[in-house]
Amino acid sequence: MDPDRAAVTSRRNLLLAVPPALFLGAFFVYPVASILALGLGSAEGPGASAFGDAIANGPLLRAAWFTTWQATVSTLLTLIVAFPAAVVFGRYDFPGKAALRAAITVPFVMPTVVVASAFLTLLGPGGPLGVDLRRSVWAILIAHVFYNYAVIVRSVSSALENLDPSLEDAARTLGATRLAAFRRITLPVIMPSVVAAASLVFLFTFTSFGVVLILGGLEFSTLEVAIWRATTQRLDLALAAVIAIVQLVGVSTILVLLSRTQRVRRTEVPLVASPSRVRRPATTGERWTVAGVVGATILFLGVPLAVLVVRSLSFGGRFSLQNYGELATRDPRGLFVPPAESIGNSLSFAIPATILAVGIGLFAAAYLSRESRRLAEAFDTLLMLPLGTSAVTIGFGFLVALDQPVDLRANPAIIPIAHALVAIPIVVRVTTPVMRSIRTRLREAASVLGAPPRSVWRLIDLPIIGRAIAVAAGFAFAVSLGEFGASSFIVRPDRPTLPTAIFRLLGFPGDATYGQAMALATILMVLTGVAVMAIDRFRLGVQADF
Amino acid sequence: MNAMCDDVADEKRSPARRDALSDVTAGTRDTVRSRQHPTVAPYPRPSTSQRAARLLALAVSVFVVAAACSTDPNGPQTIRLVTHDSFLISDGVLEAFETASGHRVERLTGGDAGTMVNQAVLTKGNPIGDVMFGVDTTFLGRALDEGLFEPYESSGLDAVPDALEVSDLVTPIDFGDVCLNYDIAGLAESGIAPPSQLADLTEPPYSGRLVVENPATSSPGLAFLLATVAAFGEEGAYTWQEFWTDLVGNDVIVTSGWEEAYYGEFSGGAGSGSIPIVVSYASSPPAEIIFADPRPAEAPTAVVTSGCFRQVEFAGILAGTEVAPAAGELIDFMLSLEFQEDIPLNMFVFPANQDAALPPEFIEFTQVPEQPLTLDPRVINENRDRWIDEWTQIVLP
Repeated sequence: MDPDRAAVTSRRNLLLAVPPALFLGAFFVYPVASILALGLGSAEGPGASAFGDAIANGPLLRAAWFTTWQATVSTLLTLIVAFPAAVVFGRYDFPGKAALRAAITVPFVMPTVVVASAFLTLLGPGGPLGVDLRRSVWAILIAHVFYNYAVIVRSVSSALENLDPSLEDAARTLGATRLAAFRRITLPVIMPSVVAAASLVFLFTFTSFGVVLILGGLEFSTLEVAIWRATTQRLDLALAAVIAIVQLVGVSTILVLLSRTQRVRRTEVPLVASPSRVRRPATTGERWTVAGVVGATILFLGVPLAVLVVRSLSFGGRFSLQNYGELATRDPRGLFVPPAESIGNSLSFAIPATILAVGIGLFAAAYLSRESRRLAEAFDTLLMLPLGTSAVTIGFGFLVALDQPVDLRANPAIIPIAHALVAIPIVVRVTTPVMRSIRTRLREAASVLGAPPRSVWRLIDLPIIGRAIAVAAGFAFAVSLGEFGASSFIVRPDRPTLPTAIFRLLGFPGDATYGQAMALATILMVLTGVAVMAIDRFRLGVQADF
Repeated sequence: MNAMCDDVADEKRSPARRDALSDVTAGTRDTVRSRQHPTVAPYPRPSTSQRAARLLALAVSVFVVAAACSTDPNGPQTIRLVTHDSFLISDGVLEAFETASGHRVERLTGGDAGTMVNQAVLTKGNPIGDVMFGVDTTFLGRALDEGLFEPYESSGLDAVPDALEVSDLVTPIDFGDVCLNYDIAGLAESGIAPPSQLADLTEPPYSGRLVVENPATSSPGLAFLLATVAAFGEEGAYTWQEFWTDLVGNDVIVTSGWEEAYYGEFSGGAGSGSIPIVVSYASSPPAEIIFADPRPAEAPTAVVTSGCFRQVEFAGILAGTEVAPAAGELIDFMLSLEFQEDIPLNMFVFPANQDAALPPEFIEFTQVPEQPLTLDPRVINENRDRWIDEWTQIVLP
C-alpha cells in the first residue's frame, strides 16, 4: 500500500472511533470527572492533603491490598475451574449443549442478595460441604467463580470453535502429541481470548460489591465498599474521590499490562466461520471427560440456583405454585405495581441497552482491530474503565453532571445508557480478538477484487465474527437484566426492574414476600436462559467456509 | 406525555385554596432564596471542554423526551416526590390527591435515606425533586445543615404531637422504632428468658445468640448503635464503648444488612438461621402475621420493648423548587387522615397525626415500646461518623 492510501485508511479507521468516543465522553468521562473534581475541590486545603490523609489511613490501605489480592486470586481460580469446560464446549458436541451454554450465563445476572442467601445455606454448618465457610474469604472466592464461570467458558470456547483444525492436524502429522499440539499450537492462538476474558473477570471482581459486603462479613472490605460508604453514607466526597482515583489508577495499570501481553502475542491466524472442529466425543475416554466436565458444571452452577427454585415452590411449608400466582397481584404491598410488571420493565431496558452496547462496541472493536498504535492502546484502556469504576462514582457523576442541557438525571433513558456503559467493555473484549485475527490478506483480496469497504465488512468480517457478536450480545443482555443500580441511580418506583423488585420484596419481613422474591428470582433465571439461548441462535451474516 | 398534561389541566381544581397557599409560601421562598444564594456553588465553573461535553450529551440525548408540562405557578403542576426506597402507600391514595388538587405526582426513589439525602445535597440549587419524604432522625441533621429545605408550616401540624417537631423546615409524617426482636419458640427451647433491657445482652445466656447489623452499612444497625449511645452515654461508669466491648466478648454476630441478619441468621419467623435475637423493627412481629398466608393466630416473634430507638420520618420542600405552593399542598395531604391512616400497613410505622385511626390488626399485634430512646438530630450529625469509626475499632480490632 502506498503511503497516501495508508494515511487515508488510517483517517477512515479513526472515524470508526468517533461514536464510541462521543458516547464515552458524554456518559463516562464527563460525569466521572465532574464528581472527582467536586470531591477534590471540596477538600480543605490543596487536593494533595486529601491524598496524604488517605494514604495515612490504615483501613484504606488494607482495603486496597485486599481488593487487588482477592481480584487476582478470584480471576486465577475462575480460569482454572472454568478452563476444562471451555475446552469441552469449544471442542465437543453433546446433547443439550446449546441449552447448557445459555444456562451457564444465568449466575451472571442473579442479584447478589439472592445468591448470597443460597450460598449462606450451602456454605453454612448444615450445608452439603459440612464446613462453615460463612464470613470467610472462601465464600467470596467461590461466589466470584460462580458468577464469572460463564465469562471464561463462553469467550474461550467461541475462540476454540473458530480455530482452523488444519493447524493442529499439521502438528499432529508432524509427530506432536495431542497435549503438545494443544500447548504449542492451540493455546498461543486462543491466548488473546483467554487474556481478554480474564481481564473482564478481573474487572468484575475488582469492583465486586454485594458479594464482599454480604458474604465476606466485616473483616473484608474492598475499595468499592469504601467508595460506597464515603459517598452514600458519610458524604465525604474528598475521600471518595481519592479512593476512586486509586481504583482507576489500579485498574488502568492492570489493563495496560494485560494489553502489553496481548501485543506480544498478537498473530494473524486462520479462523474459520463454521465450527468444523466441533464433534461428538469419539473414544470412551473422551466421553467420560465430557460427561465429567458437564456434570461438574451443572452441579457447581446448578445447586445454588436449585436452592432458590425449591424455595420459590414452597408455600406455607408445602409444594405450591402460589408464590408465582401472587406475583400477578399487588398484594403483599412490597411494590407499587404487581411484581410481574417488572419482567416487562426489565426487557424494555435490556433491549435498547443491548442494541446500544453492541452497536457502539462494534465500532470500537473495528477500530481497535485495525490500529495498533499507542493511541489505539490508550483508547482500548479507556473503553474498559467503566467496568473498573465504582457504580456509585458513575451514578453520582450522572447526578452532578447530567442536569443540562437536558436533565437526564431522573429520565428513564439514563438506565439503558448506564447498562450499555457496563456492557460495551464486554462487547469490545469478546469481539476484538476475533476481529484482529481476520487476516488482512482476506480484506485486501476483497478490496483488490473491487469490493467497497462496506461489502468487505459484510462478506469477510461479519461471518467470522458473527459467533463472537452473539456471545457479546448475550452478555450485554444479561448485564442489563441483572444490573442493580438502585443504590446510586434515581429510579422510578412505579417502573421496577426484576432485580429492584426482588430487592424490594426482600425488604419486608414475612414468609410470603420471601417466597415471592424467590419466585421472581426464578423467573429472572428462566428469562435470562431463554433470552441468551435465542441470541445464541441468532447468527449475523452468512455462514461460509474459507 | 402531552395528552397526560392536557388531562390534568382539564380537571377541576380548587383555585381559592391554592392562591392562599401560594401567597404564604411565595414570601418565604424569596427570603430563603436570598439567604441561600451566597453559599457554595455546587458545580465548578464549566470550562470549554465541559461545555463541549455538555453539547455532546445533548447530541446523544436528542431522542430523550423532556417531560416538561405547564410552568404557570398557579396552574396544575407536576410535583416530583423524592423518597427513600422503602416508601410505600396504597394504590389510589396519591391519585386521590391528584384528582382533588389537579396536580400530578411523579415518584422518584434515591436509595436508602442516607443516599437520598446525599443526592439532594449534591443537586442543591437544581434539585431532582420538589418534595422529599423519608429523611429521618439519623440524617436530618445533615439535611438541615446543608440548607436543603424551604421553610413550610403545614396546616396539619396542629394534630401532630409537639415532641415530634424539631424544625420549621421539615414536617413530621410518621415515626417507628428499631427494637430487639426474638424468636419466642427458639428461646423457650433453650430455656432462656427474653432479655428485658440492653445491658442483659452481655450476660452469658445470650452468648452467641444476638445478631446485629453493621451501622456503617445498615440503617437499623445505625439506629441500634444510636440506641446504645443514648442508653449508656459517652461518659460515666459504663459507656457505650464498654457495652460493645462486652458484646463482642459475648460473641455478637454482625451482618452487613437487615436482610442478611433477619433472613440469613435469625431463627424466628421467616428467618432460616439459628440465632434467636435480632435487631429489627417494633413492627416486624405484626408483619410476620400480616404478610403470612394463612395468617397465624400469634406472631412467632416478639419485641423487647426496652432499649428501642425512635426514628421520626419527615417531609420537606426542597429549596430551588419551582412549584413550592403545590409542594406545600402535597405535604398538607401527607398529614391528612387519608394518607396518614394508610401508612401503618404499608410502611409499618405509626402516623404522626394523632387523630389518625390505626388499623385493628396493627393495634392487635404491635407492641409499643416503653420510653423509646432518642437523640437530637444535630448531635447525631456531629458525631455519627466518629461513633461509627469507634464502633468499627471495637468490633473489628
